[in-house]
Amino acid sequence: MLVPLSWLKDYVDIDVTPDVLEEKLFSCGFEVEEKYETGHDISNVVVGEVVECEAIPDTHLHLCKVNAGDAGILQICCGADNVKAGGKYPLALIGATVYATAKDHKTVEGVMTIGQGKLRGYDSFGMLCSGVEIGLTEDLYEGAGYNGLLVLPDDAVPGADVKPLTGLDDWIFDIAITANRPDCQSIFGIAREVSAVLGSPLHEPDLSYTQTDVKKDGFTVNIDAPDICPRYIGHYIYDVKIEQSPAWMRRRLALIGQTPISNLVDITNYILHELGQPMHAFDYAYLKGDQINVRRAHEGEQIVTLDEKELTLGPNNLVICDGDKPVALAGIMGGLNSEILDTTNEVLFEAAKFARDNIRKSSRSLGKVSDSSARFSKGVDEYTTVMAMKRALHLTQELNCGKVSSTHVDRNSGNSIEPSELKVSVSKVNSILGITVPEDEIIRILGNLNFSPKINGDELTLSIPAYREDMESCQDVAEEVIRMYGYDHIVPTFMPTAQVTPGGYDLYQRTELKLKRALCAAGADEGVHYSFFSPAYLDMLGFPADAPERKAIKIMNPINEDLSLMRTTLAPQMILAMQNNQKKGILKGRLFEVGNRFVPKELPLKEYPDELETVCIGCFGENEDFFSLKSLVDTVAGTLGIAFEYEAAQKPFLHPYRTAQIVCEGEAVGYLGQVGYELIDELDMRVDSFVAEISLHMLGKYYGKSQTFKPLPKFQEEKRDLCFVMGKDITCAQIENEIKNSCEYVTAVELFDVYEGMQLGADKKSMAFSVVYTPGEEEFKTGTVDGFVSTLLSNLKDKYDVTLRS
Amino acid sequence: MADLNELSEKLSAIKSEIRSELDRLGSSKSVFEYKKTIFDSKTGKVGSLMREMGKIPAELRAEYGKKVNEVKTWAQGLFDEMDEKFKREEMRLRYEAEKIDVTMPAKMHKQGYLHPNTLIREQIVDIFGSMGFQIYEGTEIETDYYNFTALNTPDDHPARDMQDTFYLSDKFLLRTQTSAGQIHVMEKQSPPIKIISPGKVFRSDDDATHSPMFSQMEGLVVDKGITLCDLKGMLDVFVKKIFGEDVSTRLRPSYFPFTEPSVEVDVSCFQCHGRGCKLCKGTGWIEVLGAGVVNSKVLKGCGIDPDEYSGFAFGIGIERIAMLKYGINNIKLLFESDLRVLEQIRE
Repeated sequence: MLVPLSWLKDYVDIDVTPDVLEEKLFSCGFEVEEKYETGHDISNVVVGEVVECEAIPDTHLHLCKVNAGDAGILQICCGADNVKAGGKYPLALIGATVYATAKDHKTVEGVMTIGQGKLRGYDSFGMLCSGVEIGLTEDLYEGAGYNGLLVLPDDAVPGADVKPLTGLDDWIFDIAITANRPDCQSIFGIAREVSAVLGSPLHEPDLSYTQTDVKKDGFTVNIDAPDICPRYIGHYIYDVKIEQSPAWMRRRLALIGQTPISNLVDITNYILHELGQPMHAFDYAYLKGDQINVRRAHEGEQIVTLDEKELTLGPNNLVICDGDKPVALAGIMGGLNSEILDTTNEVLFEAAKFARDNIRKSSRSLGKVSDSSARFSKGVDEYTTVMAMKRALHLTQELNCGKVSSTHVDRNSGNSIEPSELKVSVSKVNSILGITVPEDEIIRILGNLNFSPKINGDELTLSIPAYREDMESCQDVAEEVIRMYGYDHIVPTFMPTAQVTPGGYDLYQRTELKLKRALCAAGADEGVHYSFFSPAYLDMLGFPADAPERKAIKIMNPINEDLSLMRTTLAPQMILAMQNNQKKGILKGRLFEVGNRFVPKELPLKEYPDELETVCIGCFGENEDFFSLKSLVDTVAGTLGIAFEYEAAQKPFLHPYRTAQIVCEGEAVGYLGQVGYELIDELDMRVDSFVAEISLHMLGKYYGKSQTFKPLPKFQEEKRDLCFVMGKDITCAQIENEIKNSCEYVTAVELFDVYEGMQLGADKKSMAFSVVYTPGEEEFKTGTVDGFVSTLLSNLKDKYDVTLRS
Repeated sequence: MADLNELSEKLSAIKSEIRSELDRLGSSKSVFEYKKTIFDSKTGKVGSLMREMGKIPAELRAEYGKKVNEVKTWAQGLFDEMDEKFKREEMRLRYEAEKIDVTMPAKMHKQGYLHPNTLIREQIVDIFGSMGFQIYEGTEIETDYYNFTALNTPDDHPARDMQDTFYLSDKFLLRTQTSAGQIHVMEKQSPPIKIISPGKVFRSDDDATHSPMFSQMEGLVVDKGITLCDLKGMLDVFVKKIFGEDVSTRLRPSYFPFTEPSVEVDVSCFQCHGRGCKLCKGTGWIEVLGAGVVNSKVLKGCGIDPDEYSGFAFGIGIERIAMLKYGINNIKLLFESDLRVLEQIRE
C-alpha cells in the first residue's frame, strides 16, 4: 500500500527521518517494501528569476539572464513560449539531473544531466524546466501540465531549491500489510500504528458536517441478505455541482497512482485510501422507486458495470438494486446505469460492510477486480463504515460540491461499533513471551494502541476499539505487547520445562537415506523432479489406453497443461532429464530420484490416494549397458539386504529384448531396460540410455531385516569350474537355478565366461560357471563332489539338453 | 706349523683373488654367483677348506678353523657391501625407469552426490534429531481441512489469498505448507510433541524466482511452559549450526494464522557479517524462516488443552537455505537434473 508521508502527517506528528520511520514500522510488523522521495531523480534544480529576456532573431529561442540566487546571474537559452522577464521558473543548474522528454515534451524518456550548452552560437549555463522535466503533472502541481515552462509563485526566492516548493521532497512508503490487520489497509490505519510506535498523538480526520432540513421523502433501504451485508448506510446529497476536485485532493490521489475524475467520485476514492472504506456514489436521478434493495442476484440476472462490460450473475453475487433493477455489483463495481455524470445533480452516497469471502469469491468468479473488491476481500469493519460516511459528508461540504440532506438511512445487523472489553491475565501474557514485561511498559504500549489498559493485580482489562476485530485473546495481547516492546527483549532459552523425548529418523527414513547414499556411491547423482507432469508424457511413452499409468489424478487449476497430472510413473521425467543433459553435451551420466507416484483409489477423489514411494534410476553413455544399469538395481537390493530376480519382459517404451521385470520374493517390484530407439529418435537423444523403476513401498517390509552370522566352514570347500554347451535360448538364470537346486552343499555359483562360435554350431553357446561346494558337519569323502557334479550333469542333459564342453 | 703356514699363504692368495675379482663384478646377481664359487662347501675356494679340516692334526684344528673363518667373515663383509651397493644402484635405476607425471589426472571411480535439498534436509534432521525431534512425513496430497481450516484459516479467511492453491477436488488439494502435518501429529499424539516434518509443497507460482513445487520443513514443539524465548533459543542453535557460529538471529513481527505471536526470523548476513552486501540486499539481514507461538485455537481444535500446554512452530524453506548456503542463483536449477549442477554441490 502506498502511503505519502505528507498525507500521513495529517493524522500524526512525525518528527523522525524517513529512515527512522521505516525502521519503526518494520519493528512493529509493517515492512516497508520500498520508499522513495517523490523527486528522487531530480537534483540541483533551483528557483530561477528571469531578469532579462530577449528574442534571438529568426529562432523561437530567447536569450535570458536568470537570477539563480547564490549561483549568480546565468545566461540561459530558452525555447519555451511562455518565458518572460520577471517570471520565476525551475532552473536546472549545470550538473543538475532532470527528466529527458521525447519530442512531444510530455513523454519521459529517462534522466539527463545538464551540461553547459550552446544553441545557435549562444552559450547556455543551465536549463529552464517544464513541469514534466522535473517529474510533475497537472494533478501533482497546478500548472505543471502546461507545455512550456512551469511558472513558480511570485514569492518564490531565486536560488532556493524547487523541491520543497513543488512537493518533490515528499516521501512515498510502499508498506506491506499482513492479512490479520485489515484495519491498517489505509493511510489513517497506518497513522494509528505510527502514533502508537512513536508515542505521538493521533489526529482524527475532520468528520463534522451539518445537514439541511431537506429530506428525500419515501426513500427506503431493504437488506434481503443481512448475512453478507451486515451494515448499509445511505445518505442523500442534493444541489450537486460536478467539478474538478481541488488541487490538494488531486495531488494526493495522484501521489498514490489514482487518476482524479470529479469531486464526488474523488471523495469516494479519497476515503477508500484515507480510511480503507470503499464507498459508492449513485446518481440518484437514475434510481427508480426511491429505494435501495440489497439482495442476492437472480440466476441469469445481468448488469453492465462502469467499465461497460456486461456480466451475467447468480445467487452467489450480491447486488444493489433500485426499485426494479441492479444498479451496482455490491462491493465490486457500480452499474453504468447510475454512473455519476457531469450533469448529475442528486447523489446517494453508500458506505456498507459486505462479507469479505462473498466479495472475494464473487470477484474471482466474475473475473472482476477493483480497488473496492480488493479492499472488501481483506475485511472491512463497521466502525470505519460509519466513520467513512461522516467523512464523505464533511468533504462534500468542504469541497462545496453538494448539500447534505437529512435523509440518512442506516441498516445495521452487524457488530457494535462501541469498544468491547477484554480481560486477560498479565502473568499469562508474560508466560507466552517467556519474559516479564514491566507493568508500566504494558500500560504505555496498550495505551498508545488506544486500548485504555487497566491493571488490577494480575488482571489486565482492555477496551478494544471496534476496528481491531483481530483482538480476541491473551495471545493477541501478548503479540501487541511484544511487537511494540521489541523482539530484542526476547532472550534465548532452551526449553527448561520440556520433557526429554527420543528423536531422529525411524527405520524407514533411515533406510531411504542409506539407499540414496548407496546409489551415490555407485556413481549416480540424485535429482528431484516435479510431482506433476504432462499428459503428453503418457503418450510419449506409448502407454495403452487401459494402462494403470493412465489413471492419474488431474489438477483442477493447473498452471498449464504440462503440469496438470499427478505423476503415475517417474520414468518420463527421468528420460527427459537424460535428454536434457545430452542436449547440453553431457554424454554420460547416472541419475536417480526417490519420489512418489500417485495412484487414486477412485476418480474423482473421495479419499486420500496412495502415494507410492518409488526409486527411478537412469544411466546413459557409451560405457553403460543393460548390465551396468542392472548393477545399480542390484545395489538397491544389496543395500536392503534382499535379492532380486529378473525375468525378460516388455514395456512400450523400452527395447523389446533388453527389458526385464524385477522380482522380489515372487512379487513384481519394478522393471529395468534400455530406452527404445523410437523414443531415442523422437527426443533426439545421442547415446544409449537406460531406465529402471523400483517400487520402494513394496520393499518396506524388508527394511531392517536383521542379518544373522553363519559360522565359517569347518572343512575344506571344493570348487569346480564347469563349462556347458547348450541351445542359445537357454538362460543364465535357468542353469544357475538348476545348479543351486542340484545339491544342498552348493553355496556359490558364478558365471565366468560365455562363448558363441563356429566350433559350437550356429544355434549353440557355451557358458562356464564356477561352483563352490561347502561341506557341512563332515568332510567330503573322495568322490562325493564328483557324484554331485555327475547328477547335475545328467539333470541338465535331461532338462535342457546341456552337455559338458570337452 | 707348516700346514698352517701353507694355509695362510693359500688364504692370502684367495683374498687377493677375491679383491681383484670383485672389481670386475657388475651386478648383485654376479656377486651372488661369485659368492658360490667362494663359499660352496664342496667347490668353493674357502668353503672347501673346511672339509680339509680332517686332515689337519688335532692340536692345529682350532687355529686352522679360526683362520679360515676370519677370511670367511672378511669375504662375507665384502660381498655384503658389494651386494648392497649393487642393490641400491639397481633400485635407483628401477625407480628412475618408473618415473611418472604426478600431475596427470587421478584414476577414479566416479562418485555421485546427494541432491542439495537432501543435503540441507539431512543437516536439519541431524540438528533437530539430536534435540529430540522425531521426523514426520505427511502426504503431498492433503485435504482442505488439514491444510487450512485446522490451521485457523477457515474458508473466508483472507490469508487463503496468501497462497495460490492447486485443487484436485473440492476437498483435496496439493499441500501448500508442511504445516498440514502439525495437525495430524497433534491429533494422534499427546504432548510432549517434538517433530519436524520435511516435504514437498506446491503453490501456483511459476516465474523466475518461484517454482510451483518446493520443499519445506515444519517444526513443532508442544509441552508445558513453552515460550517465545524457547523458540528463539532453539532457532539460535539451528542457524548457528547451519550458517556458522558467528551468525545471530533477529525476530520481527509477522503473521501466520496458526501462530500468535508470529515472527519472521532473519539471520545476520553470513557473507558480509552485517555490513550490507548483494546477498542481504544491503540490509545486513537475511530472512530465513517463519515461526511463532502455536495459536491456542489450533491446539484446542486438536484436543490439546491450551491452558496446560503451549508450543511453538516454525517453517523453513529448504531450497531457500540451499540457495543461500551454496549460492545457487535460480531455484529452477534444482529441479532440472543437470549433472553440471548436481555435481557441484557436495557435503
